[in-house]
Amino acid sequence: MSTSHGTATAVDIAAAVRAGERSAVEVLEPYLAAIEARDAELHAFNLVTADEARDAAAALDRRVAAGEDPGPLAGVPVALKDNLCTRGVPTTCSSRILEGWRPPYDATVVARLTAAGAVSVGKTNLDEFAMGSSTENSAFGPTRNPHDPTRVPGGSSGGSAAAVAAGFAPVALGSDTGGSIRQPAALCGVVGVKPTYGLVSRYGLVAFASSLDQIGPFATTVRDAALLLEVIAGHDPCDSTSIPQPAPGLVDVLDRGVEGLRVGVIAELTGEGIAPDVARRVTEAAEALERAGATVGEASVPAAALGLSAYYLIAPAEASSNLARYDGVRYGLRVDARTTGEMMEASRTAGFGDEVKRRIMLGTYALSAGYRDAYYGKALRVRTLIARDFAAAYERFDVLLSPTSPTTAFPIGDKAADPLSMYLNDVCTIPTNLVGDAAMSVPFGTGDDGLPVGVQVLAPALGEVPMFRVGAALEAAAPGAAAVRPDGEEQP
Amino acid sequence: MPERISRDDVAHVARLARLSLTDAELDLFTGQLAAVLEHAADVDALEDGDIPEMTHPFPLHNVLRDDVVGACVDRDEVLAQAPLAEEGRFRVPPILGEEP
Repeated sequence: MSTSHGTATAVDIAAAVRAGERSAVEVLEPYLAAIEARDAELHAFNLVTADEARDAAAALDRRVAAGEDPGPLAGVPVALKDNLCTRGVPTTCSSRILEGWRPPYDATVVARLTAAGAVSVGKTNLDEFAMGSSTENSAFGPTRNPHDPTRVPGGSSGGSAAAVAAGFAPVALGSDTGGSIRQPAALCGVVGVKPTYGLVSRYGLVAFASSLDQIGPFATTVRDAALLLEVIAGHDPCDSTSIPQPAPGLVDVLDRGVEGLRVGVIAELTGEGIAPDVARRVTEAAEALERAGATVGEASVPAAALGLSAYYLIAPAEASSNLARYDGVRYGLRVDARTTGEMMEASRTAGFGDEVKRRIMLGTYALSAGYRDAYYGKALRVRTLIARDFAAAYERFDVLLSPTSPTTAFPIGDKAADPLSMYLNDVCTIPTNLVGDAAMSVPFGTGDDGLPVGVQVLAPALGEVPMFRVGAALEAAAPGAAAVRPDGEEQP
Repeated sequence: MPERISRDDVAHVARLARLSLTDAELDLFTGQLAAVLEHAADVDALEDGDIPEMTHPFPLHNVLRDDVVGACVDRDEVLAQAPLAEEGRFRVPPILGEEP
């Protein structure tokens, strides 16, 4: 990227602002200008909070001038997926049912970013309630891929991925239930991390599937992703599934290299169903790690092949319960009717889009009398099998490798009419969510079409340290990935 | 494997989930849900054996905090987001279909 703001990383920005070398206001303006110039085309944002951002940046500058240290993300602009609660700022989940809702509290991750000196520039588009792999299911229209606006950015955190890829913000937050951070990161050519379940508080993340959801960072560099994760991770008494131990240090491990680490390439996720040009990049990534000193072998996770089926029973089952709260009583859309029951049905029917309705019905069916054991119960047993297979693989390997997505970005509209073909996008990312492990996507060159390819690094629960070491090594070895300037022109 | 999901099944679960569907939507969703459930049937090939169900990534324990008064969300701010509120409460239409 050639523009002065486009090359800046969160690490550099925070260092310059803390040292008083750059003001937060002067850091912010080029990002707002980039959004102004190109977001009408890309639609990465549901809402740009430019005035609030300017006020926050000015306040930070006053604190620096007064000799205060605003924190490790001082003056860093950040984009927030629009399913993260922001007090007094509309939070829609890209759904009509929450349009106009202003949460009465901040998500824990939002509060932690703010406390660390970050400046929110707005709320990013997503598939409605994070249900989708293309950001086409948004009630407010699709987001476009900055590398090729005729293609999807991936999903469901497509707005956050596109915002970082387009230079609208150096970093962003998303949520990942079955790949919703990693897959759009791969398709947009940025870094995306799904942390270990419980490492990051879910308080204030609008619930989709509570045993699978996890918040994580998007960034242009592995180091920025590590910094962001350090800030948002750690125990939170407001989330009873939050792991009660200190967050690991990640930025400091990135220079350790991969000497001695054992890396396994997952056989079941590199063959059939994976585009040959994508599979080739995974092979090259493994070779690069071997050259850097890691030991590379073939890993087997046989039950991972059943992950997709299990996921599309478990996630809808949990969603059907979580989304029962949208009843027109306490918040969001109400369609008036004669009785409360009729009001609830009318509100839900008008407020939810088709994909959300499909998943609610699928989940209700999988949990209903007579089908619970055949569908939901079996899916939960598959989950055990996948966990056992991963545990066996991690006895031999420290981290595993696979593609993040079976293909590069596909054209808008291509899979929108066929839910099953859309679900198949998630085959490589879903197993990690089912078992609660960590995984990240790192850009690694392009496919035959010139579009970004992501390589997925998987690690056992709380294996973020080896995962980030491998991520940093892949980043260093990656073939010149396509970069996009805020004006939309490809840079060699 | 259970029988293929029928149009009546879809109408039934829509009712349970408080969604009303048009005839065209019923047809569309029945086909789409059947395709997903047929793909999902590969979990059905699983031998039951002694494989336990895994509902969550790690064992969950009930977490209770100390019973002390702390800061909480402001009531008026919450009620301000409700479609209809009255005297500190959420207001809804009649629940039994008759005027109060």
